[in-house]
Amino acid sequence: MRMKFEIPDDHACAGGKGCDCEPSVAHVGAGGAVDPVEVGRRWFLKTAAAVATTVLAPGVTLMTFAEVDAAHAKPAGEAVSSRRRWGLLIDAAKCKEGCTACVTACSNENGWTSTGHPATDAQWIRTLKVTSRSDGSTFQMPLMCQHCANPPCVDVCPTGASFQRADGIVLVDRHICIGCRYCMMACPYKARSFVHEPLQDQKPYAPRGKGCVESCTMCVHRVDAGGTPACVEACAKTGNVAMIFGDLNDKTSEIAMRVATYRTTRVRADLGTDPGVHYQNI
Amino acid sequence: MARITFQKLEDHSTFFWGLLAAHAAVIALGLGAFLYMEHHGHIVTGMNNAIVWGTPHVFAVFLIVAASGALNVASISSVFNNLAYKPFARLSGVLAIALLVGGLTVLVLDLGRPERLTVAMTTYNFKSIFAWNIYLYTGFLIIVAAYLFTMMDRGMAKSGKATKTMGWLAFTWRLALTTGTGSIFGFLAAREAYDSAIMAPLFIAASFLYGLAFTVLVLLTVCRETRQQLMSEEMVTKFRNLIVIFALAVLYFTTVKHLTALYASEHHGVEAFILRDGGIYTFLFWVGHVLVGNVMPLLIAAFLSGDGRMFSGRQGLAIASVLALFGGLAFIYVTIIGGQAYPLELLPGMDVKSSFLDGEVASYAPSLPEVLLGLAGISIAMLATGIALKVMPFLPTGIETEG
Repeated sequence: MRMKFEIPDDHACAGGKGCDCEPSVAHVGAGGAVDPVEVGRRWFLKTAAAVATTVLAPGVTLMTFAEVDAAHAKPAGEAVSSRRRWGLLIDAAKCKEGCTACVTACSNENGWTSTGHPATDAQWIRTLKVTSRSDGSTFQMPLMCQHCANPPCVDVCPTGASFQRADGIVLVDRHICIGCRYCMMACPYKARSFVHEPLQDQKPYAPRGKGCVESCTMCVHRVDAGGTPACVEACAKTGNVAMIFGDLNDKTSEIAMRVATYRTTRVRADLGTDPGVHYQNI
Repeated sequence: MARITFQKLEDHSTFFWGLLAAHAAVIALGLGAFLYMEHHGHIVTGMNNAIVWGTPHVFAVFLIVAASGALNVASISSVFNNLAYKPFARLSGVLAIALLVGGLTVLVLDLGRPERLTVAMTTYNFKSIFAWNIYLYTGFLIIVAAYLFTMMDRGMAKSGKATKTMGWLAFTWRLALTTGTGSIFGFLAAREAYDSAIMAPLFIAASFLYGLAFTVLVLLTVCRETRQQLMSEEMVTKFRNLIVIFALAVLYFTTVKHLTALYASEHHGVEAFILRDGGIYTFLFWVGHVLVGNVMPLLIAAFLSGDGRMFSGRQGLAIASVLALFGGLAFIYVTIIGGQAYPLELLPGMDVKSSFLDGEVASYAPSLPEVLLGLAGISIAMLATGIALKVMPFLPTGIETEG
């Protein structure tokens, strides 16, 4: 079977070990000629694999084709590792005033909604309108649990319901939270909410309960499956791309490189909480 | 040395039963309030995501602080060997236990998940001062109960050794307990109104005052029931002098706390809020805590009561004690609610606004269920004391009075 393949003008890769071309790109053979046998073999293997995968094991292997970063997906049952530290980088200069895409996405994803009572409603993330007292300049930034390395909420929790995963994500174990609210007293970011009313229709991956405290989970259910938090995804969809999620410990990750390159700020860094959320341009 | 004899409350006066019935009614209302809050959630209270600890915490902390202070009289007798206080040592121990039980009941019933009390007692995070407090509270109950036993067991009381040892242990423990209670606030680095090591000694000084006030008022109440003068004039004077000393101590620590905060620019905002611009909190600080709770008791006990003065010694002692307790509630209210009402400083040098009411003074109004639950805590303590005095000889016998 003879097939036609297009080769970019500037493409002179011969493939093989170390090649990082897209799979659809044909390679140039020895001496600069296209090797039709090589191309045909690749096309056959790729098509056969796709057909077999789709027919035989859709539930198991479709994840391979999904839009997730399989590199950081955590197999169920595998312990979380401290080699990673998940974090966020938020560029306030790109956070457009009035935009609440991240807030809406978080609310939809995790099932917390407004009842019109801002003082008692849960708010896992909110946007702050900030005005400088000295020059009057303003900007907007989202604020959520800062997933501190030294989280005061975890320190003060009498039962250990507030806990920190090895990868830096701070969570509340709803099974042993007694609703004492001491963590809310201790949090410097007002990042936690107390569930004041009975709830219905909860998301299975984000269980909530009347009388318990809750906060941003950094969409741990998505992260463990190789995804990104809903807020980050929604921010990217708006085109603002003010939020980046990634592994702060991975020197090659975009977040780590940007944190290393640009001057970033962390909210109330003076308290020594070492937040996992970094801000630019605040 | 005269032998001290003790008695139970034997009479069945209408006054006594009326008092017990009134406390039982308040407790029933408090339990009803708890069930109402538990069923509907904290949405039916005045609390919110900014004022997370409301009126129940005010009563709970007030009672817990008073509980350790109620042990003063026993400590003075056993630890500092002042025999004049010995007749009241048993009552002092009983009252300490009762007040602590009252306070803890309110604290537990205000939890978001009170049915998980067993979790709190079996799953610990030892870095939490709250977890330490669970040990400090239960330990206090056990130690004071054992201390009472050593006072009341004939053999042990005779030698006095065990009583002295337990007295020392209870005294040390009560200091640790109030340090722990004060540190619940002192350890909160993020809250500008707290975050100070002086919270612990301030709470200890306050506990001396409130505990003594409770002891004195219970003694004066049971004097009416026993128709005996349980306190000699000498004791009335001693108690008045103690009120003066304790009120001075509270004023001293309050002054140092606020002067220290005023010295640092970063605390100017919160200090201006509490001391000048905070509305109800400013009023409760100056009028409730400073004037009613300390200055007036001090003046009444020191200068306005006694022979030939405006009030008799007993009247002065009673009025000073009542005022100290009202002032104490005001002090704890300003500390807990006022401290939370002042907004968190998220970005120093910047003003912030949000849908979560950042940057705003949080509003809070106590709801009826909260107040009833809090009052039930006081009634639990008083009812428990009343019943205890009826079933066991905790009260000294005194001089018969007319009536």
